[in-house]
Amino acid sequence: MFAYVVRRLATVLTTMLAASLIVFAVLQIVPGDPARLMLGINATQDAVDNLREQLNLDDPLHVRYLTWLVDMVRGDFGNSYTYSVPVRELVAERIIVSVPLALLALTLSTIVAIPVGIFTASRHGTATDTATMAATQFGIAIPNFWFALLLVYVFAITLRWVPAGGFPGWHEGLWPALQSLLLPAIALALPQAAILSRITRSALLETLHEDYIRTARAKGLPARRVLWHHALRNAMIPVLTIMGLQFAFLLAGTIIIENVFYLPGLGRLVFQAIQQLDLIVVQSVVTLLVAAVIAVNFLVDLAYAWADPRLRSRTR
Amino acid sequence: MSDANLLATEHDDFRHIVRRALQNRSFVVGLVITLTVITIALVSFVWTPYDVTKLVIADRLKPPSMTHWIGTDHFGRDIASMIMEGARNSIAVALVAVAIGILVGVPIGCWAAAKRGAIDEVLMRGSDIVFAFPALLSAVMITAIFGPGAVNAIIAIGIFNIPVFARVARGAALSIWPREFILSARASGKSDARITLEHILPNIANLLLVQGTIQFSLGILAEAGLSYVGLGAQPPNPSWGRMLSEAQTMMAIAPQMAIAPGVAIIITVLGLNLLGDGLRDVLDPKLRRDR
Repeated sequence: MFAYVVRRLATVLTTMLAASLIVFAVLQIVPGDPARLMLGINATQDAVDNLREQLNLDDPLHVRYLTWLVDMVRGDFGNSYTYSVPVRELVAERIIVSVPLALLALTLSTIVAIPVGIFTASRHGTATDTATMAATQFGIAIPNFWFALLLVYVFAITLRWVPAGGFPGWHEGLWPALQSLLLPAIALALPQAAILSRITRSALLETLHEDYIRTARAKGLPARRVLWHHALRNAMIPVLTIMGLQFAFLLAGTIIIENVFYLPGLGRLVFQAIQQLDLIVVQSVVTLLVAAVIAVNFLVDLAYAWADPRLRSRTR
Repeated sequence: MSDANLLATEHDDFRHIVRRALQNRSFVVGLVITLTVITIALVSFVWTPYDVTKLVIADRLKPPSMTHWIGTDHFGRDIASMIMEGARNSIAVALVAVAIGILVGVPIGCWAAAKRGAIDEVLMRGSDIVFAFPALLSAVMITAIFGPGAVNAIIAIGIFNIPVFARVARGAALSIWPREFILSARASGKSDARITLEHILPNIANLLLVQGTIQFSLGILAEAGLSYVGLGAQPPNPSWGRMLSEAQTMMAIAPQMAIAPGVAIIITVLGLNLLGDGLRDVLDPKLRRDR
């Protein structure tokens, strides 16, 4: 297990390094002088020169990349030009919105999808099964931001149960904060739940065809026990993979939903920084998000290797 | 393939596939929906009920009626006409993005499968890196930095299709390479490139077609998202995503403005997903899963 972890960790670090290089390189191709872009066309040459110096723009590329990378590793993500605060502070402010939102959406999707998946698998071939699967096809096809607009219309504008957007902050208490995260989380959870319930169903149906299930049935175990004790545990592996991927997606992929609800999350931070051409924020936050996605996938892999020793011996 | 026998079986195969396809409900429903959407998009080039660039303020925010089937928006534009023209934008962006994915990704995947070893390792690590980038966030970054517009949206979505097709092509090609007919092709002195073109590609085309349908539907959703935040097709070209963002402030007075583009997206994506599911079952019964 130890050798496996070390080997996987080496790949993870190389991937992160390559990803940071890509982000850095992409932002170098932005046409024009970044300092001039940030300050606008009316800025004096002096101001531009000052900013160039402050951003070390006159250093050679590889020096700038390495300085930035070393600073990132040490926890210094640079200073936002627009807000004149350390990027680290901005990230800290936003992460307490994005992570709870992702967790809430994942929880909602899981508590709906897994029971639905198990239920339909146990009623395989019946009309209920067909109808539920048709419903999940719709769930996958619905753009989450459109669903979000409908939710706002019904629950915020018409019924006035929850706010239509914005985030009061956690200091206002747990309930008001959760209330403003509820609709975005439901909107994010819908397509995820549709996908997850289909995966659960098909994973379960696949395991139900395995030899050991036939054995369990043959020795006279009740169907319920076979389903819950034998099939479900083995079917959970693909389900957990998808959940890992979905969590990684939710961390960074909520950019549009955050825009619908004016939520101050990480996605919106990047979105605004791009519009204000606050390039250091874009560079650092995108790199952090990519690193987070890689880290989550790594943890999911470790969880499997721990659960299923056969996977450790695989070369990749 | 010069073998007459082989041709005969292929012909039978084709008839067999068509028969199986017509019996597959997902496939038929998906195909009908997809063809309808494509037809609507094509018709919009020659005819729409109203001119979508003309603003008729007197007719603004009309509910659905005989003259305006889905009503009008806040500028008095006919929503049905805008949906028709929006279809062509969505389809064009998603289709070209899939083409980019196939044209770049499939050669990479086939190359990796043919060469194995270090090249394979490097190419697949490369695709791992692209996968680590949250697609929508990166697409937003690309379109925002290089300027909003349909072309940059296509590129941004297309880039993320490349590793998808590279993986599918590699995986499928790897399963073909050890087969006997490849060995005999090798024995007759054909190069790796020629074997790939003549024997590997025809055998993995099924899987690529299925994946293409899936990426097409994901592309429609991604384009809608990008144009919703203002980074897709620019005015006056109508796009479903931008129609939704304009509808956002009008929800209370003109819900048809938000409902129509949403329904258009759902129907299109649903049609493509059903088509993809159906194709998978029809083309490769071995892969058939109870989904």
